[in-house]
Amino acid sequence: MKRFLGFVKKEWFHIFRDQRTLLILFGMPLAQILLFGYAVTNEIREANIALVTPHHDEATLRIREKLLASGYFHLARELEDVREIEDAFKAGEIKLAIAFTPDFDQNLQREGTAGVQVVTDATDPNIGNTLLNYASGIILDYQQERMQEAGGEAPPMTISVEPRMRYNPELKGVFLFVPGLITIILMLVSAMMTSISITREKEMGTMEVLLASPMKPIQVILAKVSPYIFLSMLNATLILFLGYFVFGVPIKGSILLLAFESALFIIAALSLGILISTATDSQQVALMISLMALMLPTILLSGFMFPIENMPLPLQYISNIIPAKWFIIIVKDVMLKGSGLGSLWMETLILIGFTLFFMLVSMRKFKIRLE
Amino acid sequence: MMEYSIQAQELTKTFGDFTAVDKITFSVSKGEIFGFLGANGAGKTTAIRMLCGLLRPSGGTAEIAGYDVYRQTEDIKRHIGYMSQKFSLYEDLTVAENIYFYGGIYGLKRKLIREKTAELLARLGLEEVKDQLIKSLPLGWKQKLAFSTAILHDPSIVFLDEPTGGVDPITRRQFWDLIYTAARAGTTVFVTTHYMDEAEYCDRVSIMVDGRIEAMGTPPELKAQFAAQDMDEVFVKLARPVAQ
Repeated sequence: MKRFLGFVKKEWFHIFRDQRTLLILFGMPLAQILLFGYAVTNEIREANIALVTPHHDEATLRIREKLLASGYFHLARELEDVREIEDAFKAGEIKLAIAFTPDFDQNLQREGTAGVQVVTDATDPNIGNTLLNYASGIILDYQQERMQEAGGEAPPMTISVEPRMRYNPELKGVFLFVPGLITIILMLVSAMMTSISITREKEMGTMEVLLASPMKPIQVILAKVSPYIFLSMLNATLILFLGYFVFGVPIKGSILLLAFESALFIIAALSLGILISTATDSQQVALMISLMALMLPTILLSGFMFPIENMPLPLQYISNIIPAKWFIIIVKDVMLKGSGLGSLWMETLILIGFTLFFMLVSMRKFKIRLE
Repeated sequence: MMEYSIQAQELTKTFGDFTAVDKITFSVSKGEIFGFLGANGAGKTTAIRMLCGLLRPSGGTAEIAGYDVYRQTEDIKRHIGYMSQKFSLYEDLTVAENIYFYGGIYGLKRKLIREKTAELLARLGLEEVKDQLIKSLPLGWKQKLAFSTAILHDPSIVFLDEPTGGVDPITRRQFWDLIYTAARAGTTVFVTTHYMDEAEYCDRVSIMVDGRIEAMGTPPELKAQFAAQDMDEVFVKLARPVAQ
């Protein structure tokens, strides 16, 4: 055990004395989350909208005023008919259209309810969603005001906002960057950094000396990867922290479950890193393999950047063998839906399967290389 | 009776159809400096790896410090020191940290490491650079330090795999002084080298050609046997028989 600790200490020296390693470890997650965060959740100002108001009555005028006073919207078109919306969207003139039903005010007065359609262009689902939320917020705000004006005697009024997402109705591309980012950073730190740090020992000729020492190969490998397990967990925490406090990304589910699933994914990634290091003796090659064989699929095929549902069928099949896909699903559901193990058992089992498989293969390969 | 540190009987290693080491038989006595020569690809590294317990032989037997290379590799590893061609020190660790690390993986007690570090640095005259990073040291110093860390745990045998690559003859000579000191203290030295002038420094040498030991003896014996002026000539005569 003392030997092991001495070894781990040495690994820390390596990590903390190399500025490039430190930069990748801590600079990258920070830069990425800020970049993604601000690029994605930036507040939208002065978005072009169209209003469809068959009758100009008091209610529609007041809502219109409120919308335009909010600063989020700029009235680009005023339409007479709902059918004109399509053309306005296609011409790219508007991002959002709000269509009141005829006799909006009258309906609200007499029947206590009136409908309004809020249509957004969801090709960029994130912007679409944000605009929709702004608009319905304002409309519901008006409803509140109206009820207060009427006082206690009047019957309750409801404006039913009917959201319509155009072009991507199920919002499948919602850019949930935090789960994806955690996945990528964990892959990067666990797999890439380990494979590089092991091949460095080979390149320097120190691996031979270590193997000729009384330390068992498995001890050498465990001692080498253990700092990276810790650093990976630290990084995941950092991203969650930034996501939560800077961008308000919720963590609805159990943190413990999140930590457990992350640990699983980290071990899978570490095993992949060890596997890569058995395939080559050069840091350069290890870096290239990590980037091409691990990072690219993780970024492109895991559903982080592009929705898997929109991929061609063969790629959809391939995405199933990418551990990151399952991990992203798990993290998304735990964080955003608050799901527990009960609904995520299948994904978790798949992840456990991958982890065991990669662990076995990498240990085997490592042994074979020693023979 | 002679006490042997290394005894190999028809030690063989095959990789598929290829025989890297072909039934080599030799023994090295305690405190001897044994030169293990051969051209690149002659099978030296494979042989060393088997003797160090890193590689399982395909046939034959060998005992290292009295331990069997098949069954007692853990014991072997505890009783040998190993220095690779690349000096095997960590460039981004200081001199003292390197010594501590290597002492640690051999399970030496903290107090013992401290004593040995002080003694070692004094002997090499490196006290001044104790807290400097290895990468700031000249090659010759690194090499001496690498050798000294390889024998820090007082192994009965030390394996040196081309330890003097890339250094000038004077530094090489100084390095050999260290080897002599270790051998006089009773450590068996098993050294591979390309440099034939170094072969002259060994008590005994063996020359490997294509996986077999083609010649073995003291340098004067070999020179007489091959009617050669120096070891270089012996080597050329052996390694390129066709050209003769």
